[in-house]
Amino acid sequence: MSLINLAFKKVKTEKRPALLTYTVAGDNSKKKSLEILKSIAKYADICEIGFPHNTPIADGGQIQSSAYRALKNGIKIKDVFSIVKNFKKSKQSKPVILMGYYNMIYQYGDNNFINICKKVGVDGLIVVDLPYPENKEFAKKCKKKGISFIQLVSPTTSPSRMKKIIKDSHDMVYYISMLSTTGGKLKVSPKKILERYSKIKNLNKNKNIVIGFGITEKTIASLRKADGLVVGSALCKEISNSIKKRQNPVTNVTNIVLKLRKKIA
Amino acid sequence: MKLKKKIPLIDQHNKSGFWGGKFGGNFIPETLKKPIEDLTELFEKLRYDKKFLKERDYYFKNYIGSPTSFIKLKNLSNKLDGAQIYAKMVSEANGGAHKIYNATVHCLIAKKAGKKYVVGDTGAGYAGKMLSMAAKKFGLKCKIFMGAKDIKRQKPNVDAMKKNGAEVVPVYSGSQTLVDAVSECMRYWVSNCDNTHMCVGSTVGPNIFVKICGWSTAQISRELKIQIQKEFKNIPKKIKLINCVGGGSSAYGFWSEFIDYDKKQIELIGVEAGGPKNSRLHAAPLTTGAKLGILHGAAAYVCQNSEGQINDTASISAGLDYPGVSPIHCFLKDTKRARYTSATDEGALSAYKLVTKLEKINPSLEPCHAFAEAIKIAPKLSKETIIIVNSCGDAKKDRDILKERLGKIN
Repeated sequence: MSLINLAFKKVKTEKRPALLTYTVAGDNSKKKSLEILKSIAKYADICEIGFPHNTPIADGGQIQSSAYRALKNGIKIKDVFSIVKNFKKSKQSKPVILMGYYNMIYQYGDNNFINICKKVGVDGLIVVDLPYPENKEFAKKCKKKGISFIQLVSPTTSPSRMKKIIKDSHDMVYYISMLSTTGGKLKVSPKKILERYSKIKNLNKNKNIVIGFGITEKTIASLRKADGLVVGSALCKEISNSIKKRQNPVTNVTNIVLKLRKKIA
Repeated sequence: MKLKKKIPLIDQHNKSGFWGGKFGGNFIPETLKKPIEDLTELFEKLRYDKKFLKERDYYFKNYIGSPTSFIKLKNLSNKLDGAQIYAKMVSEANGGAHKIYNATVHCLIAKKAGKKYVVGDTGAGYAGKMLSMAAKKFGLKCKIFMGAKDIKRQKPNVDAMKKNGAEVVPVYSGSQTLVDAVSECMRYWVSNCDNTHMCVGSTVGPNIFVKICGWSTAQISRELKIQIQKEFKNIPKKIKLINCVGGGSSAYGFWSEFIDYDKKQIELIGVEAGGPKNSRLHAAPLTTGAKLGILHGAAAYVCQNSEGQINDTASISAGLDYPGVSPIHCFLKDTKRARYTSATDEGALSAYKLVTKLEKINPSLEPCHAFAEAIKIAPKLSKETIIIVNSCGDAKKDRDILKERLGKIN
């Protein structure tokens, strides 16, 4: 069983949703971002790591700031891989999902990128601008190497398309809570989100479906019925704030992740 | 990779939206899949709907002012003593540039789609100005995304947008130019695609936006073909159609009727922005052999580093200051139908000086890149050769830059 599936299995026995964190590799430095990851892994069930891109078409302000900070500090893809590798050295069983835009993978070459992912211990991949069915071939290549390709579905996904995507999906499916870039204010009621979520879940109860976009300390508890919940922008924002206040982002981000975890316990 | 005859270039893509099997496509977030599918369906229906075409032609004629004139630049031709130089004065179109065609069509589509809001990106400010004009005309609320750097350097157009009632949203991320404006506009559309129509300002972006824009600007070459036939009785044996290329919407519109001709008869020359002399920050992906990459939803040649991060660019002309280019120009390049070159900021400025000194026209800095190439090659060409430059924008918007760089303005 994959580490991602194992993580979901474990939280199910604890009768809670999985907590997925998203931070940008290299934010605010290579060293600090690794420290943050290692520290939040105590409370997070799955760690999503963003590889920063300078023309992100689906990210809101918080994640953009993180990405620009990382790029300004000279982060390269090889550094992202080394962060994953080092993280996995100390947290072998913690699933890691890399998330980013397709151009960077494309420049590396699909196969080359997937092979290195495999080598450093990446468990899953999210490619924001490679939708279904264009991603079919890439997803197959991932599966062959034992890496989960994570499909995204959104409120605009039609029912017939949804069925096809769920059928072709791997260990996990990511449901985008609302029409928004990352980090937007939750403009749909949690009740409505969960209604839509159940419809997707009912297509195949065995698929792990997580909800992301707009989830914060305030909203996370209301969505705890989901298989998993992703928090990203709130953590990126905390890194920005910590830098502004000259505080240690490692401690501050860890505190938030702990609070989030307590809310869904 | 081959061009097909008798099929508009905008339709020569495969099922996945790629021209030549690799340019274009739809690299978009899941949320935009449905809105883009809906838009595609609507556009494919409307473009064959006689009533819609009548409506389009009505506004092209009575609102945009088609046809724009086709004139001989006698003094410039005499001075250069080579090819005969003509200009298609697209800058006469309502608003002062070709961007009005795309903006008008997008607003007509938005109305048919029942959308109340329309958003767009802009570099030189023309796409934004025209969209704000058309939105006002058709009763749509309008929001324009524009890089903070461009807002400063293209103030006359910003003022015009505001006057038309549009909200101009400054974009402070990245290089604060067109590339960032397009990104921000797409992000806004991701969040508001349920009630908002997005207009991409050039033949770039996901497949359908390339098509709508090309379909709209194609009006330029439809007019030109008739005008050439009238002027010369026949299509002359040697023509060179010179156009500046940023995203490539005016160039496609200028060329579309002539792509099927042999290139020995009608040569298509695209001129990209070479940026400041000796600078590496050019915006000329086709001229410099940039690698294929993905930018704003499409695969095309794009100025980028080895890691796939998009390069900063610099050009005196905000309208050409873009690291990517239309997938259909990549296709025209690789099939060798069109030739691409670049002109520097300095080259465009001297072209402006010469053209405005000799002729009663006032081309903006974008078409001055095309004039720079015309001025360069004309003396070497025979008197029978006809050069036609698309004078696709008016220099009113450039008054501050021209004043600063040349000390005076016309």
